[in-house]
Amino acid sequence: MNLVSIAWKSIRQRWLASSLTALSIALGVALMVAVLVINGVVTRMFDQNATGFDLIIGAKGSPMQLVLNTIYFLDRPIENIPYKYYLDLKKKSWVAHAIPFALGDTTADGKYRIIGTIPEYFELEFVPGRKFQLQPGGKFLEGTFDAVIGARVARAYGWKVGDKFPIAHGGDVRDIHDQKFTVVGILAPTGLPIDRAVFIDYEGFYKIPGHEMTEQEARAEAQARRGADGDAEIMVPAISQGAEAAGKKRPATGGEPISDEQKRVTAVLVQMKGSGPAEQAALTFLVKPLINKAPVAQAVNPIEQIKKLLVDVVGNIRIMLLAMTILIIIVSGVGIFVSIYNSMADRKREIAIMRALGAPRLTMFSIIVAEAVLLCAAGGILGLALGHGLVFVAGPIVEARSDILIDPWFFEVQELMIMPALLILAVVVGLVPGMTAYRADVARGLSD
Amino acid sequence: MSLVLKDIRKSYREPDGQPLPILDIGQFSLNSGEQAALLGHSGGGKTTLLNVIAGITVPDSGSVTIDGTDITRLHEVGRDRFRAQKIGFVFQTFNLLPAFTALENVLLGMSFSGKKIDRRRADELLALVGLAHRLHHRPGRMSVGEQQRVAIARALANRPSLLLADEPTANLDVKNEQTILELIRGACEQNKVSLLMVTHSLDVAGRFTRVEKLADFNRAGRAA
Repeated sequence: MNLVSIAWKSIRQRWLASSLTALSIALGVALMVAVLVINGVVTRMFDQNATGFDLIIGAKGSPMQLVLNTIYFLDRPIENIPYKYYLDLKKKSWVAHAIPFALGDTTADGKYRIIGTIPEYFELEFVPGRKFQLQPGGKFLEGTFDAVIGARVARAYGWKVGDKFPIAHGGDVRDIHDQKFTVVGILAPTGLPIDRAVFIDYEGFYKIPGHEMTEQEARAEAQARRGADGDAEIMVPAISQGAEAAGKKRPATGGEPISDEQKRVTAVLVQMKGSGPAEQAALTFLVKPLINKAPVAQAVNPIEQIKKLLVDVVGNIRIMLLAMTILIIIVSGVGIFVSIYNSMADRKREIAIMRALGAPRLTMFSIIVAEAVLLCAAGGILGLALGHGLVFVAGPIVEARSDILIDPWFFEVQELMIMPALLILAVVVGLVPGMTAYRADVARGLSD
Repeated sequence: MSLVLKDIRKSYREPDGQPLPILDIGQFSLNSGEQAALLGHSGGGKTTLLNVIAGITVPDSGSVTIDGTDITRLHEVGRDRFRAQKIGFVFQTFNLLPAFTALENVLLGMSFSGKKIDRRRADELLALVGLAHRLHHRPGRMSVGEQQRVAIARALANRPSLLLADEPTANLDVKNEQTILELIRGACEQNKVSLLMVTHSLDVAGRFTRVEKLADFNRAGRAA
């Protein structure tokens, strides 16, 4: 009969108190697991590897908003920039790839973003080292009214290749465009915001009545450009949401061709030329201030913004979650301590009997600590299972409310630390009751 | 000689700090295999004396020699080990661990001796005390008589040379008292174990060939 089996007997004898103690630890660990998993998900979501682009160019405004719009498909899109700006940009010697994004519309129920872009987008790596993959039977954008949808969107609506769907103008579910798009491809799941995006052809986006500028607006814009020093690129004024709304009310352009002056892009995602990441970073460093100095657009290094996001937003959340986790650990530890310490008064006789049978003080100390360790270990294992169960149950709810994708089966590396940390905690909280057992007066214990 | 006590003195402190002498014994001895009853009134120092002999309580002075070893010279861990190996204890209140079965209580007695646990001996001892059919019962489901039998089996588990019994029949009815006394004495005889039983009962003491009155050789007791 060894220490562990003696400790286990003691736990079983007080099964109700022991079960409740283990349960409190389990709940603590479950919360900790949930916190770690969510922290991991949020961190991964905003990880600096979340984009394969060096620069994002869009209208002047919040750099963070531009990144949230184009990388995470979150927040309201900011103003647009002229399509010709994009065409000029594309010709620059330092540009390897320039991908236009036209944002603003959503699926008919307003849940998922519509992104007007070009087929070239799907040829690039969306994050370093990862290229777009299609689920079987699909293809990338080819026709004007083709759509490639993210895995999450396909799952949410049950859409498959060949299905047609309408889109809501400006995210207004009461303003549904007549034109329908056809699903030609479903992207393989990425675990990234791409999963909840709907990509349509940029040209198709501008075939929809209301998306283009009116000829009058385009002429005014061109005149404004000529009015200054003739530099076409720096004098493009920002186009207000009001103008966009006015444009929407005009009659449809039907099948008439739309001039480049009438088109706009919300953002341009740029991959720099260069023989490697260092050269690309150097080019980004040089070009960014030049674009920002000019009045038309802003250039944002997404990595910088994502890092800022990680530090300013996610970092604070992480600190808060960490504080919560530490609190949970302390509360669980106090729970074990109270449970075992309270039982010590009832166990004086037990301890005295074992001491009378020849058990050394150190053995009694070890039995009590072993008891704390067993309770913690049992609680910890149960907590790990409960924690992932909690994430499994809460994942879809969080996902539905926040658009943050949570994989319940994801195992955070930090979880490996839970059991060793719990065992250390068990030894620490077992010390005082253990010392009580160590110091127990045998003669008095036997006579009580 | 199995047990020799020499010049044992033990006092406790009263709340006012004054020493309260409990034991003041010049000499007491017990031969190997001998059985003796130590008669004394409540509060006369009987239990303290057993605790001193068992090495649970350290005397203020004097020596306790068991099988040639003066246990007062051993450090605490040594005394614990010596107690586990050489001394069996039967208490008035049985002192079985309620979470353990009869068999486990006996095995627990073996756990601290440093020797290999002998399951077969545990079975044999429980059979000897008539509990072969109750091996896996917990104390709570046994009669008081059965509980004391388990305590006897546990006390003999490590083949001690000395068995100390502290009023082992005080909580039993007359029938069980006789049975348990016979069982203890018989088991000690069979296992060649010296027996020192303290009691306040003249009836119990009367069953022993050698009966000592604690007050006769405990000067502290006389003073009280």
